[in-house]
This record gives sequence, C-alpha cells and structure tokens, in this order.
Amino acid sequence: MHSKKPFYILVALLFILGITASVYRGVEHKVPFLPGKQVQSWAVDAKVQFQGTGDPAEVSFSLPNDPAFEILVENATSPGYGLSITDTNEQADRRAIWSVRSAQGQQDLYYKVTIIPTGSTKVMASTEPSAPKPYIWPATEQAAAEQATQDVWAKSATNLSFAQQLNKALNAQERSQNIELLLSSNSPNKLFLHMLQSKGIPAQEVSGLFLEDQRRRQQLSPFVEVYDKGEWHLFDPTNGTQGRDDNLLLWDRSGKSVLDVIGGVNSQVNFSMLQDTRSALATSLDVMNNQDALDFSLYQLPLEEQSLFKGILLIPIGVLMVVFLRVIVGLKTSGTFMPVLIALAFIQTTLLTGLIGFILIVACGLMIRSYLSDLNLLLISRISAVIIVVIGIIGVFTLISYKIGLSEGLTITFFPMIILAWTIERMSILWEEEGPKEVVLQGGGSLFVATLAYLAMSATWVQHWVFNFLGIHLVILAVVLLMGQYTGYRLLELRRFKPLAGE
Amino acid sequence: MRLSFTKPSALRNKGVLGMNKRNIDYIGRCNPRKFYKRVDDKLTTKELALANNIAVPALIGVVREQHEIEEIPAMVLEEDGFVIKPSKGSGGKGILVITKVEEGRYYKPNGQEVGPSEMYRHVSNVLSGLFSLGGSPDVAIVEGLIQFDPVFDGYSYEGVPDIRLIVYKGFPVMGMLRLSTAASDGKANLHQGAVGVGVDIGTGKGLHAVQFDTPVELHPDTNKKLTDIEVPHWDFLLHTASKAYEMSEMGYLGTDMVLDKVKGPLLLELNARPGLAIQIANNRGILPYLDHVDSLGNHNMTVDERVEYAKKHFAHSAQP
Repeated sequence: MHSKKPFYILVALLFILGITASVYRGVEHKVPFLPGKQVQSWAVDAKVQFQGTGDPAEVSFSLPNDPAFEILVENATSPGYGLSITDTNEQADRRAIWSVRSAQGQQDLYYKVTIIPTGSTKVMASTEPSAPKPYIWPATEQAAAEQATQDVWAKSATNLSFAQQLNKALNAQERSQNIELLLSSNSPNKLFLHMLQSKGIPAQEVSGLFLEDQRRRQQLSPFVEVYDKGEWHLFDPTNGTQGRDDNLLLWDRSGKSVLDVIGGVNSQVNFSMLQDTRSALATSLDVMNNQDALDFSLYQLPLEEQSLFKGILLIPIGVLMVVFLRVIVGLKTSGTFMPVLIALAFIQTTLLTGLIGFILIVACGLMIRSYLSDLNLLLISRISAVIIVVIGIIGVFTLISYKIGLSEGLTITFFPMIILAWTIERMSILWEEEGPKEVVLQGGGSLFVATLAYLAMSATWVQHWVFNFLGIHLVILAVVLLMGQYTGYRLLELRRFKPLAGE
Repeated sequence: MRLSFTKPSALRNKGVLGMNKRNIDYIGRCNPRKFYKRVDDKLTTKELALANNIAVPALIGVVREQHEIEEIPAMVLEEDGFVIKPSKGSGGKGILVITKVEEGRYYKPNGQEVGPSEMYRHVSNVLSGLFSLGGSPDVAIVEGLIQFDPVFDGYSYEGVPDIRLIVYKGFPVMGMLRLSTAASDGKANLHQGAVGVGVDIGTGKGLHAVQFDTPVELHPDTNKKLTDIEVPHWDFLLHTASKAYEMSEMGYLGTDMVLDKVKGPLLLELNARPGLAIQIANNRGILPYLDHVDSLGNHNMTVDERVEYAKKHFAHSAQP
C-alpha cells in the first residue's frame, strides 16, 4: 500500500492556499467577509471663488493627499475652464489647475471628492526630506528666539521630543518672557515651524479639514508636520495638541499654498461635506479598480459572464452537500448529482414554487410515461419521447399560470429537462418493479437532498463567499478529497447496525 | 421504527464493517478494476466458471440484438421453465422467471401469464441497458430454471433460496442464506424484503436471522423457525466459493450459489460489492475475520487448505 502522506500534504496545501487567498482578499483588498456590510464615506465639495479681472486666469488648487483616506471618485466642474490635474512628484503635491483665457466677474469652481477612511492614520515619508535652511530671525527677535530654542533643546533628545517640548512651551500656562515676546509678532504655527527649522529639523505647514456631517462653508485648519525617523508627526501649536483625529482629512501637504489664483482677486475656498454609507463590497471594488488591482477577480468579466459564474460557482457548494449527505450521513439519492441540478433550478424558481412545479411535472410525466410503456418502445426513443413530453408539460404549465396571472409559474422553465426526463424514466421503472411506495420514498429523498442543497446554496453569505473569495473553492476541494478518504461509519449505519452493537 | 442511534465506538468494538470502509479499504484495494468484467458481466462469469469446472445453471441462449428476441420461443421449446436476466444487471433487477411453459404460453411463479408483448418489451429493455450498471447496452441471458432442492421447503416463499458467502482473499469468512418472502416478491435480495439467515462457516447451520435489517425468529410467511436450517453440501459450497477467488482474482468477493435438486450446488453469480447486511444476519461484525486473513500475510494455501483453515478458525464457536 502506498503512503498517504503526499495526499495529506496536498490536502493541507489546498486548504492553506484557499484560506490564505481568502484572508488576503479580505484584509488586503478589503472585500468584506459578510455581505451587506456598510462603510462610511464622505462626500466633500470644495468651492473656489474669485473675482475675475477680465484677464487670462489660472487657478491652482491643492487636492487632498492623505494616507488615512482613500479617494474613490473625484471630479471637478467648471464650465468654460480648461482643467488638468497635476501629479508633480506624486508624493504630497497633487493640484488641480483651472485655466481660462478671460475671466470676468464672480467665478465659481467646484471640486468634488468621495473618500473613505482607510484606518491607517500614520503618514510615512518615502524619502528622507533634506534638512531645511536655518531660518533667519529678525534682529529684534534673534536673541529671544535662540535662548528659547536652547531652553527647549536642552530638555529634549530627538526631533520628536524637541517638537513635543516646544509645543508644550508655546502653550504653557506660564510662558517664558522670550516666548511671549516671540508670539507677539508671530503666529504659533509660524513660530513653531521657525524654531524647528532653526535646529535643522524638517517640518512643514499643512492644512487639514475636519469632517463633520452636513457642515457647510468650512475652512481648512493649519497644522505643522514634523519629521522624525521616517514618519511625519502632526502638531497643532495653536492649542498644544499632537496627533490627529480620525475625522481630520489632510488636504494639503505640499507646504505651499492651498490656493493660487493668477488673474483674479478676492479668491477664497470653502468646503461642505456630507457623510454617507455605502456597500463595503462596492467600495472595495471601486478601490481595486482605481488601483488596477483586480488581479484575480471575476469582476473583470463582462456582466453577463459574471452572473453566469454566480450560478456556476454555487455548484461546488451543492456537490459538497451531496458528498456530505452520502458519505457522512448515508442518504441515498436517485441519480448522484440530480439533486444539485434541481437545487440550481430552485434558486431561480424559489423553493415552494420549485417543489410544486417539480412534483407536478414528474407526476404528469409519470402518467404519460405509463402509456408509453405499453407501446413497446426502445429505451432511447422512449426517453426522447419523455423529453419532448416534458417540454410540452412545461409549456402548458407556463401558459396556464400566465393566463391565470401566476407569475411564479413562469419560472418553471428553469428546470433541466433532460434531468427531469431521466428522473421520470427511473421513477417509472421503480414504480413497476418496487411499487409506488418506493417511488415516493426515493423521490422524496432526492427532493429532501435538493432542498438541503438549495438552502445551502441560497444563503446570501454563501453566495457572497463563493463569488468574492475564490480561495474558498480550494477549501471545498480539500474537504471533498478528505471525505473521499473517510472510512468511519455513516450516520445512518449507526441505526442500521444497532442490533449488532449488543446489549 | 427504530429511530435511536448507537455509538460508533460500540460498532467498532464489535468489528462492524461500514460502507465507507468497505468501499475504500476492501473493494478499492482488493478488487482490481480490470477484473470487474469477470464479475459484473454474468455471461463472462459463466464462461469462466465452466472453464474452471464450477457448475452453473444451464445456458439456453443469449439474445444480443433486438431482432433475436423473436427467437426466444424457439429456444425455450424444450424447457419447462426458464429465466431471462440482464448480463450486467445489478441488485436482482430485470430478472424474469418463467416457471411454467404451456403450449407456448408463459407463466410467472405467482401464476400470472406473461404475454408475448410483455416478454418482448422486457428483453428490449434489457438490451437497451435499463437494468445494467451505468445504463450501458447489455445482452439478455436465457438460463434453465433451477429445480431447487426441497431441503429448504417451507423456508422460502415462491423464490429460490440462495447462499451468499463472503470470500476474502480466497477464504470464505462469512455466510448467509437468503430466503425470499411475500414482501420481497419472490426475490432473494435483502433490501427488497428477503430474509437473511446467518450460517456458521464451520458447520453450515443457521445462527440468526434478519428481515429489513431487524432480527426475526420465524419465516414471516411460513412461520418456520429460521435458525433450525442446516445447509447441505456445505463443504462443496465452501470449495466452490473459494475457487471463485482464483477464477475472478477479486480479493473481496460475494458468491451467490443455489442448490439444484439434480445438479447440486450451482454458482449463480459473483458480486464485487457484496452488501453489509450479512453482518446483521450473523449478528457479528466481519472485520475480525478480515483482519485474521490479513494477518496471514503471503501464503501459498490451496483451495482445500483454505477451506479447512476457514472451517477451523472462522466457525461460530472459534474466536477469529
């Protein structure tokens, strides 16, 4: 006897591969593990306004760039304007450039974006920023600034702790005289930035937007980012806080201006936003689409093939069910996988209509078949005749139910006719040989298995899993292979052999 | 209705063989696919048996084509009765038994007449493969009727009692007598309602009886005590079954034999997938016997030696 080791390794491999692929899809592509899961999304509108002077105008507007939020959809509306979105150094500087030959009077430009939180609030730097040029203090402030900086510097060890101590010093209850002096002629943000830069620590001003549902006419808030060990840390020197809220969207991280208007005056930008929930599945598909990451997904297929696959991918579930019921439970079915095909038809017809339709067709078929049985036909032509008769029965039932307004009756056409014909033939032989009781028993057994398979296949989360997590089919394959090796007792054998178990 | 279940460990302790284990560990491992034809095709079995000096029911003729069906009356002209069966049939399906031929009219055991059109349709169905495994086209065998030994009178209702032996690697390990009943419509298949009587390998005496997987004491139709049965020609039956191993080269084999009044024991058919109900009929699991045979390893025992060994070690009184 050959070793079973390679077999178990194969099964384990299939199992691990299937689980890994599914988990990867769930975690990396954020395909939700449960159907109908919702995620929060934000729709943010930025409205740029300025007064045109009649000259050519060019508006350069910074666009959000924040690893904590994923952009699903963005668009800009601006009649009469040429628009380009520049992505200069791909890192922190995405800008929308509107341009027009002549702008006269009030101009309104809109930029809309739909974003979803990604959950990763850390801002990593891909390259180490170069050390900034030391800031040249005005002569009146130089001494105070140097001393204040030195005080804090002495109490810190790293870039980050220096920034933290500085932030604290700027917002202390009892500020030193030096700091009071400096704040009298500098905003906290600028002072914070300058003091950092004077020590050669990379830091930049950024603008963020607080996301709150149904807010209009909002403005960006300024923050300062400080670089330390590959990561940018966010500070708000105006109130001495550090870090970021979940509802803060970093809009501009270029360190330059948010809005530049050439050929216009009185420019301003304000924001309005709306919170929304949308399907997590649709969201993850949009994200994958944006990233061109639909690497191995059936969503690449045309819609028609997709819906075809939605049905086909349910078959492994039905087959698994049949294998389980036969090998582990020990149920008998007439025609090995006939129940799976019947269950597939049930998905189209719904269970009750399907059961009634199936019983009606088979009963009518049996009656007509009993006449054919008297004709002494060859088997092949008898089966063919039954197929044609079944088509006729289905046609008649569909017409009748249409006439009396039973729309459920129309779905009867989904039954596989060849399978029905063979079922009728088998049942008819069974009737002749073993009597009607056996027909009811075996037919009922098959319908029972079909119903169980239908229940398994029609569960929404099963449909969600088999289509979105293709890895699950490898797991099913592994389980089916394992069950093929099962040498234990079947459930019904525990009853059958009970007399043997002894006292 | 017995709706209660027993524990798997209770069955395992008794050495009961389950369907899955039978399929994987015995049929799958011991019965090579290429030899299935010797067992599944009754015509091949018959030819092989004759070549190996094993007695079988007389072959009257074979119907291979539709047009040959009309030759059947001429074939059976001299016979008192005959049996038409599909060569590749399974589970006793498609067997037509004619016990009385009178002036060209045929009667079933229950006295019902079989008209020419019914006969024609039946044979036509056989040829189309309606009863064969997998529905492949088949041939119909016309056999002589078995004049069954009166020794079982009163134990069988209408049908022929047959003796099923499980032969594992050439050793007869378990035996059962199958008696037809009114419920089984004269057929000797347990799932159709025939009574199974476990038979002691050592002596050929009845041990225990079941119908529909439930223990019974008396024959349901004749009320005779089933465990009083003693199968005659027992050694001969064991030898025939054991020889079937060399003939078919199937490691896990069921042999079905009947006792003919004139010809003695006849090999009716072989079965590559013998059922498990024989364990209930014997009221014991078959696994200890199978393990015993396996423990012998490679041996070069002859048929006689194997039968002697089986009678000594697999008798009801011996511990396997």
